[in-house]
Amino acid sequence: MKHLVTSFALALLTLQACKQNASDGSAGKTENAMEIKVSGETENQKAVNPPTVPAPIGDRAAKKVIVHLEATEEEGELADGVTYKFWTFNSTVPGSFIRIRVGDEVELHLKNASNSVMPHNIDLHAVNGPGGGAEATNVAPGKEAIFNFKALNPGLFVYHCAAAPVPLHIANGMYGLILVEPAGGLAKVDREYYIMQGEFYTKGKTDEKGLQEFDQDKGVDERPTYVVFNGKKNALMGANALQAKVGETVRIFVGNAGPNLVSSFHVIGEIFDKVYAEGGSKFNENVQTTVIPAGGAAMVEFKVEEPGEYVIVDHSIFRAFNKGAIGKLKVTGEKNPKVYHKVQ
Amino acid sequence: MSKIFKIFLCIGSFFFIFQACSKKPAGTKEKDASTFSTKEIQITPNVKMVSIKGGKYLPFYGDSSLVEVQDFLLDERPVTNAEFLDFVKKNPKWKRSNIKTLFADDTYLKNWQDDETLPKNADPEAPVTFVSWFAAKAFAKSAGKRLPTLDEWEYVAMADEESANARNKSEYSAHLINLYNEKLREKKKVQLSKPNYYGVYNMFDLVWEWTDDFNSIMTTADSRTGDFDDKGLFCASAATSAADVLNYASFMRYAFRSSLKANYTVENLGFRCAKDLQKNSK
Ligand SMILES: [Cu+2]
Repeated sequence: MKHLVTSFALALLTLQACKQNASDGSAGKTENAMEIKVSGETENQKAVNPPTVPAPIGDRAAKKVIVHLEATEEEGELADGVTYKFWTFNSTVPGSFIRIRVGDEVELHLKNASNSVMPHNIDLHAVNGPGGGAEATNVAPGKEAIFNFKALNPGLFVYHCAAAPVPLHIANGMYGLILVEPAGGLAKVDREYYIMQGEFYTKGKTDEKGLQEFDQDKGVDERPTYVVFNGKKNALMGANALQAKVGETVRIFVGNAGPNLVSSFHVIGEIFDKVYAEGGSKFNENVQTTVIPAGGAAMVEFKVEEPGEYVIVDHSIFRAFNKGAIGKLKVTGEKNPKVYHKVQ
Repeated sequence: MSKIFKIFLCIGSFFFIFQACSKKPAGTKEKDASTFSTKEIQITPNVKMVSIKGGKYLPFYGDSSLVEVQDFLLDERPVTNAEFLDFVKKNPKWKRSNIKTLFADDTYLKNWQDDETLPKNADPEAPVTFVSWFAAKAFAKSAGKRLPTLDEWEYVAMADEESANARNKSEYSAHLINLYNEKLREKKKVQLSKPNYYGVYNMFDLVWEWTDDFNSIMTTADSRTGDFDDKGLFCASAATSAADVLNYASFMRYAFRSSLKANYTVENLGFRCAKDLQKNSK
């Protein structure tokens, strides 16, 4: 009898747990992500350059995914005629977008280029474990570290280098995003892009030509010389503007590396139909501007109804117009006078 | 659970050592056995040693207690390619093809053309790199010296050109960060830049340098975790002065050291030797 009661209670409890999961509505934390078994072929995730992201995971089962990142130190362009010694993951700022699903088991290889001067490591905010992997991956120039983690929480997460002095490694460009999709995947959209905001602190003034050195005082004082999207002033302007067609739904994975500032992310002339604030599982609707903390991220989704150029900014607007936090989304297609039309 | 994990770790490292041993190419076994028993043959590198007056200093990382550094002698510059070549010629077991995996990883003297030929276009007077801690120690021993301790090295590293302790000067760290950010600086000849207050050259501008106890401060790579507290690492920011928290150059050195293992060889990592100061010299 006692047994019967216990098992009944247990069953009831389980039922309730299920119910809670189901009634959650949004793609919440899978209660028993730990128990999700991986199956199928191991995926070697191919690196793609931002603002491109790897293909959606769809409804595939959890599996083993191998991710390769290489820490590099290389001179590159920060603005027209301005160069800087960037530290990167996979030679881009931000580093390669990592895309997995909840339950996946990731084998992360972090190589440090042999001509690097500094040691580097990686802290993925998607990891449950000390230092998010930093401890396991501190890697000397020319060496490689490997560590495994199981993705337990769905969401959009920042990763960055956490080698000492951390602020410098982030200020030099060592960051990126990792997306952990919920079971079944995110809803289908027509376009996906990857934008990450970051600050640069240089000895010279904004747009002062030549190779610019890091300015520690400006960093400590939180007075950036540049606030940019994707590691460079105008990285998303001109020929590099994001593209979409009228009627399409656009999803942007937005990260903010900081190292200091909070971003007020906004697309001029658009309203976000959905914002997964802070990169989490719940979405808000009909949002003009979303706050993205340093070391945080958000997914924004919107349908484009009218052709034209939509300016992407950090709405702390001096940053956009003077320091580089500006990009463009170019929408082509039929005009839609019902939605928007200039009378005179 | 954590016990099991530790045991697993232990087993893992045994396995690693085992593997490392078995990785050695076949055929070198007999040779190794014969060379290994021999002592280091003496070398006499022609390098001036600078007498460093010891004193108490506040380590960059620590529990805020002062550490005493005794008077000692320090090579005025890093060990050069030419000197290391001489060393391996006289001590064949440290040649690239003879080195044991335990003592140096697979990039040991990687850029050399062969066992006795320096890298193409390498300056014999440039610092030797791609050497392990074991190899550096063996070199020092055969020269009748030793590696400097971390405290000795950092004690001398407090100096700029004018003063023995420049830690409070804001330019000091900024200048070093820029030096450190320079690639291929290890290709340059030694002693081209100005010596510091003690008359010691190239503390910062050429290579990172091994110290005897490089891993005595086990910085976890992650400089923000609570782990530091145990090891007196992160709370050091409270222990040391405000200027030191801004001393990014020192953070870099400690981070670099913590990324090393004793058999690692790295393109921009070399060493110099030190020696106790014989007070009543013969
Ligand atoms: Cu780094």
